[in-house]
Amino acid sequence: MQHFPVLSLILLAPFLGALLTMFQPKEAYYRVRIIPAIAAGITLILSIYLLLKYDRSIGGFQFIEHYPLIPQLGISYHLGVDGMSLALVFLTAFIIFTGVFASWTILERTKEFYTLLLLLVTGVFGVFVSLDLFLFFLFYELAVLPMYLLIGVWGSSKYIKPRGIFARMIQEVGVGTKEYAAMKLTLYLLFGSAFILVGLLTIYKVSGLNTFDFLELNAHKIDPRYQKFLFPIVYIGFGVLAGIWPLHTWSPDGHASAPTAASMLHAGVLMKLGAYGVVRVGMQLMPQGATEWVWLVGTIATINIVYGALSAMWQMDLKYIVAYSSVSHMGIVMLGAATLNEPGLNGSVFQMVSHGIMTGLLFALVGLVYEKAHTRDILAMGGFGKRMPGIATFFTIGGLTSLGLPGLSGFVAEFLVFLGAWQAKQWYWLVPGVLGAFFTAVYVLRALKIIFWGPFNEKYKDLPDAIGTEWVALAVLSGVLILLGVVPFILLHPIDVSVMELLSKFKGVLP
Amino acid sequence: MNQVQVLTLLVLLPPLISFAWNGVVIPWRRAGKPAAWLSILAILTSFVASLVLAKTVLASPGPYSWEWTWLPFQNFKPIIVGFYIDPLAALMLVVVTLVASMVQIYSLGYMSEEPAGSLGRYYTYHSLFSFAMLGLTASASLLQIYIFWELVGLCSYLLIGFWYQKPSAANAAVKAFWTTRLGDVGFALGIVVLWAHTGTFALPELFHKVEAGQIATSILALTMLLVFFGAMGKSAQFPLHIWLPDAMEGPTPVSALIHAATMVAAGVYLVARIFPLYSHAESVMTFIAYIGSFTAFFAATIALVQEDIKRVLAYSTISQLGYMMAALGVGSVMAGFFHLFTHAFFKALLFLAAGSVIHAMHTNDIWKMGRLAKPMKQTAIVFIIGTLALAGVPPFAGYFSKDEIIIKVVESGMVLPAIFALATVFLTAFYMFRVVFVVFFSHREPEGHPHESPAVMTGPMWFLAALSVVAGFLFKGLFEKFFGHAAEAMETAQEAATAASHVPGWLPILTLILALGGILLAYLIYQKEAISHERLRAQFRPVYVMLQKKYWMDDIAYFLYRRVLVGGLSVICGWFDRYIVDGIVNLVTWLTRKSGEILRLLQNGVVQDYLYGVIFGLILFILLGIF
Repeated sequence: MQHFPVLSLILLAPFLGALLTMFQPKEAYYRVRIIPAIAAGITLILSIYLLLKYDRSIGGFQFIEHYPLIPQLGISYHLGVDGMSLALVFLTAFIIFTGVFASWTILERTKEFYTLLLLLVTGVFGVFVSLDLFLFFLFYELAVLPMYLLIGVWGSSKYIKPRGIFARMIQEVGVGTKEYAAMKLTLYLLFGSAFILVGLLTIYKVSGLNTFDFLELNAHKIDPRYQKFLFPIVYIGFGVLAGIWPLHTWSPDGHASAPTAASMLHAGVLMKLGAYGVVRVGMQLMPQGATEWVWLVGTIATINIVYGALSAMWQMDLKYIVAYSSVSHMGIVMLGAATLNEPGLNGSVFQMVSHGIMTGLLFALVGLVYEKAHTRDILAMGGFGKRMPGIATFFTIGGLTSLGLPGLSGFVAEFLVFLGAWQAKQWYWLVPGVLGAFFTAVYVLRALKIIFWGPFNEKYKDLPDAIGTEWVALAVLSGVLILLGVVPFILLHPIDVSVMELLSKFKGVLP
Repeated sequence: MNQVQVLTLLVLLPPLISFAWNGVVIPWRRAGKPAAWLSILAILTSFVASLVLAKTVLASPGPYSWEWTWLPFQNFKPIIVGFYIDPLAALMLVVVTLVASMVQIYSLGYMSEEPAGSLGRYYTYHSLFSFAMLGLTASASLLQIYIFWELVGLCSYLLIGFWYQKPSAANAAVKAFWTTRLGDVGFALGIVVLWAHTGTFALPELFHKVEAGQIATSILALTMLLVFFGAMGKSAQFPLHIWLPDAMEGPTPVSALIHAATMVAAGVYLVARIFPLYSHAESVMTFIAYIGSFTAFFAATIALVQEDIKRVLAYSTISQLGYMMAALGVGSVMAGFFHLFTHAFFKALLFLAAGSVIHAMHTNDIWKMGRLAKPMKQTAIVFIIGTLALAGVPPFAGYFSKDEIIIKVVESGMVLPAIFALATVFLTAFYMFRVVFVVFFSHREPEGHPHESPAVMTGPMWFLAALSVVAGFLFKGLFEKFFGHAAEAMETAQEAATAASHVPGWLPILTLILALGGILLAYLIYQKEAISHERLRAQFRPVYVMLQKKYWMDDIAYFLYRRVLVGGLSVICGWFDRYIVDGIVNLVTWLTRKSGEILRLLQNGVVQDYLYGVIFGLILFILLGIF
């Protein structure tokens, strides 16, 4: 099929946007905002184009671009998307587009902020469209590193009263400051990267094909003896980014300290990189290894779901609540993946998209509330619904998606995962999964009640509702949530095609 | 598209359009009245369409079903959504649209003091509720029922919390959501497991499979029990009934529509809807019969001592829902659904009349009311009609349906449910007439200056009052014709068990005597004051306290929520995460930093120290070389 290089354009648009923004004069208020908005808008349009043009009757990877880079080592510039990565490109485009608008009010070093944001998103797109493991890792690192600066420079600190047996130590390492959060997040993710690098290089070596090309490796069967110990390495490496328990504690601190758009991108998209990596590299290349280890993946996922929800209930800081809800929801993603069957994996990928959009919406809202009320402590809020009805409405939509209300995308994803869970070998995974949804209802509605309902606090009588560009993120993301909740098949059709291809690798492997 | 399809869409779409328009066009909603009129127009359209639909379907019962793919699968059958219309669904559609129309019209008067923005919001929620409830009724698959089931729950939550600035309303709203959601955990598990074993959610297919005996009995029993937990939550069956009395914090018309006539009956409807499945799970049926009859009795006893007029009605609703469940549990769809049908009218009527009283008095406390029959004649008359219907006095509607239930329960030969059912007749008559006498006739002077409500409120009340009188004898034949069938099938299955017990001819007379006895006793205590209720209260103090405290069910629930979940498990997890999991991470950081601090001492930049080091090292090497 003849086509113009869509995927390269998706990569180039934010990258050129970043370059252009960087060379703008500091004083150009609109230019440093409009350029990123246009760059993000282009990717959004292209990603919708991809979704429309993806031919699901053929399936497989499409929109392929292939140029050798270092043939001696088998490294090439090889891009392509299948249904799974397509869904995630779609997600990323929405999050960056709305993230640009959610950061409109950043006044300090605006152009550097947008430059880094666009660079980061170039990396994210790169990971999703790469069909070469070397390229994949390159983009992966590009996606991880700008976050350090975004949090360290534009983040926010919060004093956390140290308690418990580690109190003194917690104070000394500086828990709660943005520098701490930035450092923790980066070190954690680099720790993960080390595992990934080992994993990828071992795959390269043991396959004996002398290529990093994903399609060639995919067609090749890696020796099951290697798969057995390679899978956990890859799982831990990507799992760190996906927030698997107990390696998740970077995420609440990181998300809480990050500026709004960075939280949106991080919780919305970057955590999915991890899950995507586990599915794409871990499961697709190493079906035997995956089969051997899914009991661990699924068990940890159920811990994530229940433990994350209960921890979120304990939090009194709005950003931490949303951050822990991400930990819980990433558990659903990983649980779906661990079921290794069609409904479960469909649900898993759908949950990646749904949770990404939802958490993007929630972080955008938290940012707005914080900006206007100057507090993140929910106990200091109350009766906000009267002063900010718009924000309250969108917050309710986000919250309801989070607790899996039908009609919104979260339900479709969770329900598919539940359907898969019962059919997995470990059927009892279903119970913590469903219970987690109940706990989510408890903490989400409790937070909504405390913030927006109840008697109006006179202290906040001048609290404004959202204005101008602030509505963009809220309206667009809520719209997507409702759209995907009502007509999920627009994404599920391509996802299903690719999930079936993935599962075909498990033929004869699964008992 | 055939006629039934067009009509179904005509029933379903108007509220959806009204919701979408009111929801998205913000100035329109904020204007208040336009939103209200649009919503009322929509529901009236639905009402007319549902009448025509019912007429069509009753003429040729179908069932009609059609479906679309919603979630694609390759290894499994795709998951479908669609509509399934049979007489059960058609009649339920009529009930929902009828009560919803009346309530929405009535609300124009009741909510007249609300600001325009709030009024618009109120009607937007109402439209969404109507759509969701109608969607639930017409669903062709269990998954779709679950979807709309949750959506009506959402509307209930939003409308209970309509006056969200009142802390009691906010608390009641979340409590309602959580409690029903807890039941829905069972519902979700049930349908997931059922799907895994049948590969479908579609009702016609499931019915077919169960008839052909393709579903293992154990799986069927398990899943039906789990699904019933959902019904228990929604239909406020013991012990998940705790949310319904608190739900009275919402506006009274909402209580009439959602928490009396339609949504709370959804659980009953669900069991009736998938009755072919339940009828093959006999152990679950017995469970339902016990839970239902116990709930009927249990809630009626609490209603005896309530002092808030709406809470009396709320407990009465729980009690009546228990009756319906009991009827289904003993295998009679006809009795259960017939009672749902009549109950919807007279309970909605009672709530609207109570709302009229509250609107005039600005209080819910029955002891602050009295002799209201004089200033509020119309309200008094319709309230008494509703009460007579509820108490089961012929020829009012409730008599027919309740009698049917009691006969069926006694017929089943289950002793305990039969006793519960009969005792509840007496209690119901007593507590309802307690309210009637205290509020409308007693010698106490009412506080303030009560006045009759405007016509926009009394009109719907009269309409429902008329139905409360005639719905019983007019439609009994109809229900027997269409739903007696399922009961017969069940009877043959249980014939051996029930052959011994025959319904004694004196049973209807006994129930009538019980009802009249309840009325008489209420008359003696609260009107004649021949027996002092204060002395009774003192004499039976432990019982009184227990009833007043609602058997401490609320306290137990609060304890579970506050101390076990939020104050227990969540604290443990949160603390563990912050101080142990993250603590270890920080410990590593701290150790790294500390060891760095110590090792840094070696690099202190003092040349002499380095020299010492060099010499020391040299000596070390020399020594090493020697030995």
